[in-house]
Amino acid sequence: MPDSTFLDSTELVLNMGPQHPSTHGVLRIILKLDGEKVLGTECIIGYLHRGVEKIGENRTYAQFNPYVDRMDYVAAISNGLGYCLAVEKLLNVEAPPRAQCIRVILTELNRIASHLLWLGTHALDIGAITPVFYCLREREEALKIFEKYCGARLTTHAFRIGGLLYETYDGFEQEIRDFCAMFVPKVDEYEELLTNNRIWIGRLKDVGILSADECKEYGVTGPVLRAAGVKWDLRKAQPYSGYEKYDFEIPIRQNGDTYDRYIVRMEEMRQSVRIMQQAVEAIPEGPIMGKVGKVIKPPVGEAYVSIEAPKGELGYYVVSDGSTQPYRLRVRPPSFVNLQALDRMIRGGLVADVVAVVGTLDIVLGEIDR
Amino acid sequence: MADDQKPGGSEAAPPPGSEAAGQPAKPAPPKPAAAPPKPAAPPPPKPPAIMLATPWESDLARELKEAFGEAIGETSTYLGQNFIVAKPGSAIPILEYLKLESDFDYLVDVTAVDWPKRAERFDVVYILYSFSRNERVRVKIFIPDGYQPETAVGVHLTADWLEREVYDMFGIEFAGHPNMRRILMPDEWQGFPLRKDYGILQQDERWVQENLGIESGQ
Repeated sequence: MPDSTFLDSTELVLNMGPQHPSTHGVLRIILKLDGEKVLGTECIIGYLHRGVEKIGENRTYAQFNPYVDRMDYVAAISNGLGYCLAVEKLLNVEAPPRAQCIRVILTELNRIASHLLWLGTHALDIGAITPVFYCLREREEALKIFEKYCGARLTTHAFRIGGLLYETYDGFEQEIRDFCAMFVPKVDEYEELLTNNRIWIGRLKDVGILSADECKEYGVTGPVLRAAGVKWDLRKAQPYSGYEKYDFEIPIRQNGDTYDRYIVRMEEMRQSVRIMQQAVEAIPEGPIMGKVGKVIKPPVGEAYVSIEAPKGELGYYVVSDGSTQPYRLRVRPPSFVNLQALDRMIRGGLVADVVAVVGTLDIVLGEIDR
Repeated sequence: MADDQKPGGSEAAPPPGSEAAGQPAKPAPPKPAAAPPKPAAPPPPKPPAIMLATPWESDLARELKEAFGEAIGETSTYLGQNFIVAKPGSAIPILEYLKLESDFDYLVDVTAVDWPKRAERFDVVYILYSFSRNERVRVKIFIPDGYQPETAVGVHLTADWLEREVYDMFGIEFAGHPNMRRILMPDEWQGFPLRKDYGILQQDERWVQENLGIESGQ
């Protein structure tokens, strides 16, 4: 017998991506494996880097507004809301109540659209093919509303600094009501397919656990943090755009595993419907644009404003030198920070779990690389 | 800081009760049309205005001043957001103190701002949040080009990638960082894109030619 054969198990370095379908974009992960066990990972990112922050310094405040949609393109409306709120903070103006209310409706609808895309692709990664068709079917209804409202489905540029450009179209309220009524039974339908499915549970339970302390240590926010038992949502903790007026719950779970993150996101979709239902019945009359000059020129200063995007805390740190262009525009993307915890989550797991854990983080590479 | 002088940019300060006119057509009242901003010239003239921050009076600010004394240069608040300016060497002890004593257990972001005309060229900004207090605070240090601030990875693990991005974009190296490499740009890239002297069309031509096989990325 030879001393060693190729069957001896040794450490193996395996490359995954950047063109791997389950990395949801161009993420490259280098895995160090011992058989099927993951010993460590390294993420290589930046393939989609477009220098968004540099572009921001070279455009006026209004010109930069459409660029933010291209970061987290699955939740473009949330990005736009965060940016508009940050510049409004610097200008010390607030959008009128009517604009705030419509913003909330559209942002929550976008949260549902984002979660639906996550659910469909996540299930597809795990091997459940059916849910993605169901999810895209309902997401289409949401995108149709965006299209009717502002003409775009994905990179919407729906909001303007100071409020809104477009009034709602005729029948907007009714379409939102219809969507809400239609959508809740659909969530039940997804849950019927997955929640008690033995394969689903087997693949997700106790996989990729991240405890509450680890989440805080890594700066992880959003559904990942809430699945670890931390009842923290910026919409409640530091309400913006009138979220304090709506009655909704922050869903939490305790284990912090992939299954819990699934449950939290499912419940979040139901809560988004609740918010939309309340908001659509309470859209105030009035102007949709606040008192913002044609030329946006915030006084010298700086501000950090963050919102609860579907992926977690999305922050904008804007420094103004008193000119028409931002002096510095920093985006704090939730996906970038959350992805950092990937190594902790899958170390010691199996190689098949990598796909589940990348999916459960709900990353968008456009936002990570900017 | 001086209190209420208003040098250049005197915008209408608090317009919260803004119903009445729905049309945003008219600009701020006291702006003579004398100085329309330059159309395309890149360097704006040094603005005379400064940030009209007010002193930040709170138990936490006093506590910090007591604990760190001279190392805390300024505790201010602007638009209701509090920040501390600290001596460069004391940033990490302050972060540690805030984490352990005051429960600022979540490092939201680490970033930098380039001020090429200033002697201490860069601001390094740490944004902190406390879950239990529901409060944010920014810790800022001013450092000259070439100064290597200490890494915050020992206090908050999340600083790892955030500091790598600051290095990648500004060329600020963090001393003691476990993996001080570029993160978004290619490893061999020359230059630091978010510095103000790095043009928006500028590229590392050599890298582009060697790796993409084209003359120029333009």
